[in-house]
Amino acid sequence: MKKPNRETHMTIKFLTAALGLSVAALATAGAQAQTAGTVKERGSLRCGVNTGLPGFASQNDQGEWQGLDVDYCRAVATAVLGDPQAVTFSPLSAVQRFPALQNNEIDLLARNTTWTMDRDTALGLDFAGVNYYDGQGFMVKNDLGVNSALELSGATVCVQSGTTTELNLADYFEANDMDYNPVVIESQSDVNSAYDSGRCDVLTTDASGLAASRLEMSNPDNHTILPEIISKEPLGPAVRQGDDQWADIVRWTHYALLNAEELGVNQGNVEEMKNSDNPDIRRLLGQDSNFGEPLGLPQDWAAQVISAVGNYGEIFERNIGVNTPLKIQRGQNALWTDGGLQYGMPVR
Amino acid sequence: MQEHANAYVSTKELPQLPAPRNDAGPIAVLRKNLFATPVDTILTLVCGLFIVWAIWNLFSFVWLDAVFEGADREACLVEGGGHGGACWAFVEAKLGQFVYGTYPSAERWRVDTVFLLLALLTAGLLIPNVPYKRINAILLFAVFPVVTLVLLTGGEFELAGGAIALVFVLAAAATLSAVGSVPRISLSRLEMRIATWLLLGAIALMLIAIVLDTPTFEILGFSFSLLTMLAFVATLGAIGLSMMVGFGSGQTTIKSMVAPLVIAALFIFAMTADFDLRYVPTNLWGGLMLTLVVALSGIAASLPFGVLLALGRRSHMPAVRLICVIFIEFWRGVPLITVLFMATFMLPLFMPEGVNFNSLLRALVGVALFASAYMAEVVRGGLQAIPKGQYEGADAMALSYWQKTRLIILPQALKIVIPGIVNTFIGLFKDTSLVYIIGLADLLGTVKRGFADPNWITPTTPATGLLFAAFVYWCFCFGMSRYSIFVERRLDTGHKR
Repeated sequence: MKKPNRETHMTIKFLTAALGLSVAALATAGAQAQTAGTVKERGSLRCGVNTGLPGFASQNDQGEWQGLDVDYCRAVATAVLGDPQAVTFSPLSAVQRFPALQNNEIDLLARNTTWTMDRDTALGLDFAGVNYYDGQGFMVKNDLGVNSALELSGATVCVQSGTTTELNLADYFEANDMDYNPVVIESQSDVNSAYDSGRCDVLTTDASGLAASRLEMSNPDNHTILPEIISKEPLGPAVRQGDDQWADIVRWTHYALLNAEELGVNQGNVEEMKNSDNPDIRRLLGQDSNFGEPLGLPQDWAAQVISAVGNYGEIFERNIGVNTPLKIQRGQNALWTDGGLQYGMPVR
Repeated sequence: MQEHANAYVSTKELPQLPAPRNDAGPIAVLRKNLFATPVDTILTLVCGLFIVWAIWNLFSFVWLDAVFEGADREACLVEGGGHGGACWAFVEAKLGQFVYGTYPSAERWRVDTVFLLLALLTAGLLIPNVPYKRINAILLFAVFPVVTLVLLTGGEFELAGGAIALVFVLAAAATLSAVGSVPRISLSRLEMRIATWLLLGAIALMLIAIVLDTPTFEILGFSFSLLTMLAFVATLGAIGLSMMVGFGSGQTTIKSMVAPLVIAALFIFAMTADFDLRYVPTNLWGGLMLTLVVALSGIAASLPFGVLLALGRRSHMPAVRLICVIFIEFWRGVPLITVLFMATFMLPLFMPEGVNFNSLLRALVGVALFASAYMAEVVRGGLQAIPKGQYEGADAMALSYWQKTRLIILPQALKIVIPGIVNTFIGLFKDTSLVYIIGLADLLGTVKRGFADPNWITPTTPATGLLFAAFVYWCFCFGMSRYSIFVERRLDTGHKR
């Protein structure tokens, strides 16, 4: 059995961290407050997104950006500028994203970025929340007859090289005392085609990626995504550290989207709901009190956001939900009231 | 005498017999070349079957099983699973993005205009029979880039006083050299010496203006600092003086005296005037358009810079040679990816706060410098292939260095290295796809981004998209290659070995 080479990955990780740190240090502590003011002055939000991740950030046939992360950019743009179209998208690769934020080339990084301690502290990022709870999962062919990842002992596993995915895989099989043969491949699309052509029994990557990978299979119905999630990958929008007001704006935009879903406020009924008797709804939509003021936002900012992009549930269903080709279940991303992890802090 | 001829001697020529059946005709050719021995026969059959199999598979993928129309991925999926043919509907739906990137639809006519101008001007320059080559070249290399810049971005640039002064410094230099080249005017005349000193002073003032802040004020909507204003005035003085000398001599035409000034003014007008074009930021550029912008500006910059660097490397002046060697070896020694990464991530760190270079511009400069170093070595190969006698002959004719280089050496050297030059161009054209990793979406980049659209994910989408991209690249590169062969034949004046 071949174990993935840990040393190489530690070196890569170290180099990445070193680059990030030096960037953070050189960017004169990055403490550029007043991001909100700059955005208003410029009249558009500069948002860093993935160059292409199905359901999170991609361009449709008209060339418009769409996806879960993209809708978060639009939500923040609506809160600050009142216009969901006032966004300049910067498609960023994985290595580009942190320098771009530190160099002040973008205002908001909504690029399926995992919230880790290292990034939150040493890299000088400030995460505003978790807009998608992801985690590494497994996909197998139906005819393998496997229903749980714990039955995968002795399996051949296709995995992308140089990612935390590969390390998590090694940890999981070691912790459960199972053997496996890794087939390590450079790019995710090559991993997919290797799995599809039968070079391995199991495909592993983040669960959201598995849903997209399944669509590339010659027969999607022949493949099952196993229920086990073996790592924590909380993805969320991030901003530069040192601008508390801006971080608060992004954070409360996220909570407003969650609260709207919890209170049943959606894109269609937001105007009616302004007349609701429910004090929670009235506070959220800025009917009685002005919660936008401390953030420097208009009184009805949350109502504007919801009428522009919908609540969290609508965003989810529109981009990655069961009615899209990706068919991702809410799972951990359901509201806390439905047994999920998404919990919006109260507006009061 | 005839009756003495032997009866068995033929009196007329016999008709030629056909060659033996075994030695001529298609069957004989086949037998000789493909089926001569049992091993040959087996190899022929195996290869033949492989070729037929490969072509058949390719044909059924791109044509027989292919899906040509459809609104989304459903159209390209095969009932019951399995791989289908090419999903051309995907390419059709995304074609606009593949060509223009995210350039706004309403403004795409601007890109079309640029494409059309480029096609017309290039065709005019490349086809030997088309007249007006000189005007055509001026249009293509001087006017077209400015028009393209204004059309694609929308123009209305805010030129600082320094930039304007720089343009006029160039104009002054052109006027000075035009007057200086008139036979009976020497650069050592008092007026000319004053003009030269004014020009040098203006350059010095502009260099100082970079580091020294002086009060700024607005003139005609342009913001000048005190120093750049002084530089500007000095430049105008230099131009005025040299024009005075030129006209005074009666040896110059009005055209050659006034042209630099007019061109400079026109240039500044074109850059700053409001043509009522919407501003399109470069982060919306993409697709084939971006590939062409990067490749063509790289090609256009690399040839002149490459020639200068090659000449510099063979120069007898130690400082020039050293600088050129260091430049060439540095840029040739680092991978293009590193250059692009450096330009994207490191450069902003060295810039003062608030100064932000356009990311496309950074990539363009990186690509141009990189390509120049390669081009320099190609051209140097040509320079070294010219026999010493040519240099000595030119020297014996008392030609100056630049006359010798321009009239004797370069025409021969460049002709020899046409294959190398075109090879570098083709390599550069394909290398432009590396800009994808710094977040610019060229042709390959937009195709790859298309794969992420959940509406189009199918098993065959990536293969189709990449096949399309490969075909477009191939068309351009093959076109360049054929044209280079044509030029080689045309310029082949008896050195064929």
